[in-house]
Amino acid sequence: MTTLIENPPRPVGRTRRILGRNPLGLLFSAPYLIFVIAVFAYPLIYSVWISFHDFFFTAPGFEADRPFVGLTNYLTAFQDPAVIRSFGNVGIFLLINVPLTVVLSLLLASGLNRIVHFRTFLRVAYYVPYVTASVAVVAIWLFLFNGDGLVNTVLGPLAPDPSWLINSTWAMPTIAFFVTWKQLGFYILLYLAALQGIPKELYESASTDGAGPIRSFFSVTVPGVRPATVLVLLVSTVTGANLFTEPYLLTGGGGPDGASASPVLIMYQKGLQQGQPDVAAAIGVVLVVLVLVVALLQNRFAGGRD
Amino acid sequence: MSRFQKILRGVVLFIGAVAFLFPFYYMIIGSLQTAPDPTIAGAFPNPSNITGENYTAINDRINLFQGLLNPGLFTGGVLLGTLVFGVLVGYALAVLQWRGRGVTFALALLVQVVPFQLLMVPLYVLIARDYGLSDNYLGMILPFAINSTAVIIFRQYFLQLPKELFEAARIDGAGEFAVLRRIALPLVRPALITVVLLTFIGPWNEFLWPFLITKEAGLQPLAVSLANYISNVAATAANPFGTTLAGAAVLAGPVVILFIMFQRYFISTDIGSGVKG
Repeated sequence: MTTLIENPPRPVGRTRRILGRNPLGLLFSAPYLIFVIAVFAYPLIYSVWISFHDFFFTAPGFEADRPFVGLTNYLTAFQDPAVIRSFGNVGIFLLINVPLTVVLSLLLASGLNRIVHFRTFLRVAYYVPYVTASVAVVAIWLFLFNGDGLVNTVLGPLAPDPSWLINSTWAMPTIAFFVTWKQLGFYILLYLAALQGIPKELYESASTDGAGPIRSFFSVTVPGVRPATVLVLLVSTVTGANLFTEPYLLTGGGGPDGASASPVLIMYQKGLQQGQPDVAAAIGVVLVVLVLVVALLQNRFAGGRD
Repeated sequence: MSRFQKILRGVVLFIGAVAFLFPFYYMIIGSLQTAPDPTIAGAFPNPSNITGENYTAINDRINLFQGLLNPGLFTGGVLLGTLVFGVLVGYALAVLQWRGRGVTFALALLVQVVPFQLLMVPLYVLIARDYGLSDNYLGMILPFAINSTAVIIFRQYFLQLPKELFEAARIDGAGEFAVLRRIALPLVRPALITVVLLTFIGPWNEFLWPFLITKEAGLQPLAVSLANYISNVAATAANPFGTTLAGAAVLAGPVVILFIMFQRYFISTDIGSGVKG
């Protein structure tokens, strides 16, 4: 055993047996562990607790009686057609955003991976929307997709009436396109990392076997980046379920008439504006359970057997 | 691949890049227009329609200096927490052996997929109501104080350092903290820059949390005050689009410039490994 030479024994033998060879590791990690418990673990449990109790805001320090109410909050939430509609909206959003994100980011990443000239310029161009604040880019899209904005001017008679963001059919798809454009850089980055892991020999042997670029894309690239695809699916689904800023600002609070309201927007309105944090917590719990189910299904179908 | 296909690929990527950059170009053009010009001609600079007035107009409504100082302090606090505590835990995860190491690493991965929407209500109740930290920088920083992706990137970098280095220092009698500070840390300087860049983006651009927790205009980050301007005030302004775009340019500017300056540290493999673990 080289252990003794590497680490001279310390006087506290028992502590080391319980806490491991370097108990200092626990001390170094303590701030992070406290942070995770205080900001993630405890609020997560608290959120579930709130959703099963009659909870309301009180002045700081004031103890109120908060009786257990079973599923009442869940029933209140899902008897509201606006809540049901918001879940349908986010479903439309995910159906457009997730496949578009996966296809575009993989295609662009594999193109960017091979390019020789203007490499830096091209990559930076695709990353810039991702690093910019949502609020700033929302402002630009408002201007572009306004009734008499540049997009409609270019489209002329093809422009939808009423315009994109105030059209109940187009509001949600427009938001989905916006988010795809905004986040694409991040997913390109993930795919670029995954592409480095595919051995060049695979492409060489594919081309010796007579495979063209399209064939080798489907037979080598797509299976080679499968773990990244699973990750992209997961992250884009979670991001989509978190949708708030875009419906809040781009369509002025989920308009027209709730056609682009997202569950998180409804949670904000109900929980913090209308003072029903218990109902909002119930919506949050259902949303997260649904996201988990979708993520598991994606993993099952896209993850393969590895 | 034939020469034609290569050229085609280059052209497609170039057109895509233009589509990604155009809105930013349009933001600058729009923010400088005296009257908004949504026609195709309006996408090109027109000397008779250029003004800096939108920037002064938005500065009258939102104190832009304060609006940049607030997220600066918010981001600074998050960076400080992430660098100090993230390095410590990253080092402990990569180099030290202690009970609970596996669980801590699993937590750092798990935390990244916890959706913020479930935490919104309880965090608001805890931080704003119970601790009374609304309209307070500390309340703004707290939920973001240590970036878990950064923890994993630090771990990844410390793992790559040869173990013999640490052992030699320990034999020379250096304490664990001295080994970290004098030997490990100088060797992972690139990781520090990657982490700063990656962590910077989050709080600087964050909207929902500061929006929930700050009601006092003097404490709001520019993202929040600009959002309030868009939803409440813009309708009454002389050139609502020009002023909004001027605000957007001020908000986007620092991050975009910083990102372009340091883009070579925004390396795909580091961040890929950070997210994948």
